[in-house]
Amino acid sequence: MSINETYLSDIKGRAEKAKGKKAALGPDIDLLRYHRYFEKGKIENLESLSRQAIEAATLSGIDVTEEVRSGTFLQVDHSVVYESLNKAYKGKLEIMSTTDACNRYDWLEDYYWRIVPVDQDKYTAQAELNWTHGYFIRVFAHQKPEYPVQACLLVEENFVSQNVHNIIIVEEGAELQVITGCTLSKSDAEGIHIGVSEFYVKKGGKLFFTMIHNWADNFHVRPRTAVIVEEDGMFVSNYVLLKSVKSVQTFPVAYLKGDRASAKFNTVVYGLKDSNIDLGSRIVLEGENTRGESTARTIAADESVIYSRGDLIAKTKGYCIAHLDCRGILFSKAGKIYAIPQLISDGAIKAELSHEASIGPISEEQVEYLMSRGISREDAVSMITSGFLNLDIPYLPQVIDRSIKEVIKATAKEAL
Amino acid sequence: MQEMLRVENLWVSVDGRQILKGVNFSINYGEVHVLFGPNGAGKTTFIMTIMGFPKYKVEQGKIYFKGEDITDKDVYERAQIGLGVSFQRPPTVRGVTLRRIIEIISDDKVDKERVHDFSEKLNLLGHLDRNLNDGFSGGEMKRSELLQLMAQRPDLVLIDEPESGVDMENIALVGESINTLLGKDKVKDPKRSAMIITHTGYILDFVNGDRGCIFLDGNIVCQGNPKDILSEIKKSGYRRCVECR
Repeated sequence: MSINETYLSDIKGRAEKAKGKKAALGPDIDLLRYHRYFEKGKIENLESLSRQAIEAATLSGIDVTEEVRSGTFLQVDHSVVYESLNKAYKGKLEIMSTTDACNRYDWLEDYYWRIVPVDQDKYTAQAELNWTHGYFIRVFAHQKPEYPVQACLLVEENFVSQNVHNIIIVEEGAELQVITGCTLSKSDAEGIHIGVSEFYVKKGGKLFFTMIHNWADNFHVRPRTAVIVEEDGMFVSNYVLLKSVKSVQTFPVAYLKGDRASAKFNTVVYGLKDSNIDLGSRIVLEGENTRGESTARTIAADESVIYSRGDLIAKTKGYCIAHLDCRGILFSKAGKIYAIPQLISDGAIKAELSHEASIGPISEEQVEYLMSRGISREDAVSMITSGFLNLDIPYLPQVIDRSIKEVIKATAKEAL
Repeated sequence: MQEMLRVENLWVSVDGRQILKGVNFSINYGEVHVLFGPNGAGKTTFIMTIMGFPKYKVEQGKIYFKGEDITDKDVYERAQIGLGVSFQRPPTVRGVTLRRIIEIISDDKVDKERVHDFSEKLNLLGHLDRNLNDGFSGGEMKRSELLQLMAQRPDLVLIDEPESGVDMENIALVGESINTLLGKDKVKDPKRSAMIITHTGYILDFVNGDRGCIFLDGNIVCQGNPKDILSEIKKSGYRRCVECR
């Protein structure tokens, strides 16, 4: 049984009306430029990908051997080319394309375009009107797969708009780690990736979501993400961007609906070349005793421009606490960083909201200190930079932490 | 004994202010020199200039280390040829752990077992995986500095106020560690030398100084046995030195 036609028709209608609507933030993109469509054939395993694709996928946290993964989803341009689920998790975990899931489950109507408005802007409209799959991941109640699920959204061709819609459902008491690698196999590809993501963390569930973006100079990215966390649930988001990109604009929102729910956003960004990067996170504290934390580390090099936003919005009448920590290092005279923290207490008389934001150069005192230990200037700068970006992220599974460190190691060296 | 460091007519300014005014100084291989002087006399400026920190601008004069003119060498180059410093207040370096820096500095010169032993001796085993100097107490900072120098093994160690912020119990530990660093706990290592700045002189209860120097107003005004100098300072302050000039 698929999703109700009336609901889908209503969604389509709203998308039609919004298809010319500019987004509130980020440079406006002419979507007509990215009109080409490519179908790709299925593959047997990830190791049969091209060398460039394997390299790109690896740099975005994907393990092509799948040895330490519960399952894998791979989409290339507009086709889902590979899906796998570790045998141990059959009946405990589901991975498929959202298109298949919508055809299979009528109840998905309760999750499809429910927390990201389809008419938010032209990008959400595009994701509906020219929808090209995306992943659906569901972990069943009280299941806790040992290894992460990995999803790779790969673009191979030029002038493509990859419009994915992802849905993750963590059922009651379940725990799931997800690594999403979004990447290009050609460094000169021109195009756009639009990713709508709607995540649902049920009572007592935990979702650790890590997204590694590995784009290139001529590529635009417009993720649209929202999460609902029910009582005692936890959502941890880690976002890593260490390569140049034409523009990326995203402002994920976590709605802490249930009492004692929590959300944490960790953002690590290294702006290179003329990248225009507009990133933020918004935590809406609606339940009592909810907790939120948002930490961003940004470095702007070359002519990059980085907007580092953070909103904490308290709405509960009970106690809640949230903190924003936003730090930036400016590497170049031509670079720009805007740190824009915002705290809103909407009748939340017991809410404790706080923030700290800072932007400064790399500390010469620290560099000279390391040099006095016999470390070259270049190595000292590299160590401090990697250290600044290397957040000690609580709850981050070791395997994911290792992936991020490897990406930082590989790219920081190249960037310096 | 052979000369390790020679400083000739050194004039140094910091942020446009003249601090050192024609210092002449030398230290031989295996010697420990103790630098005394009131606040602002130029002691820290002197050792930081020898280490090569760019904030300390050499206006005039020369610095020779092991016979080589190092006046124009940068901090890294000086560390590479055998100079090392223990800071009075080292900066916090977040994202770089004490263990990481020790591993990088030692670069196979010191084996892991020895680093472990040093860390244990300095009560720093619990600090190895913490960010460098992040939230360290005064005593922990001094011990961390010495641990790093043990890994670095410089020929000339410049130590700025090893006892400041350290409790009495830990001063003994710091003193013993300096002796270990200089190889003086075993057979005397004639290669290693040290210049130690002290205000209180407590460190002299644990480390034998060969020579003491008093800094006043940007120059060395008096030299002699460090314990005699300390005793004189305790008795009359630096007043006698002013009179001596």
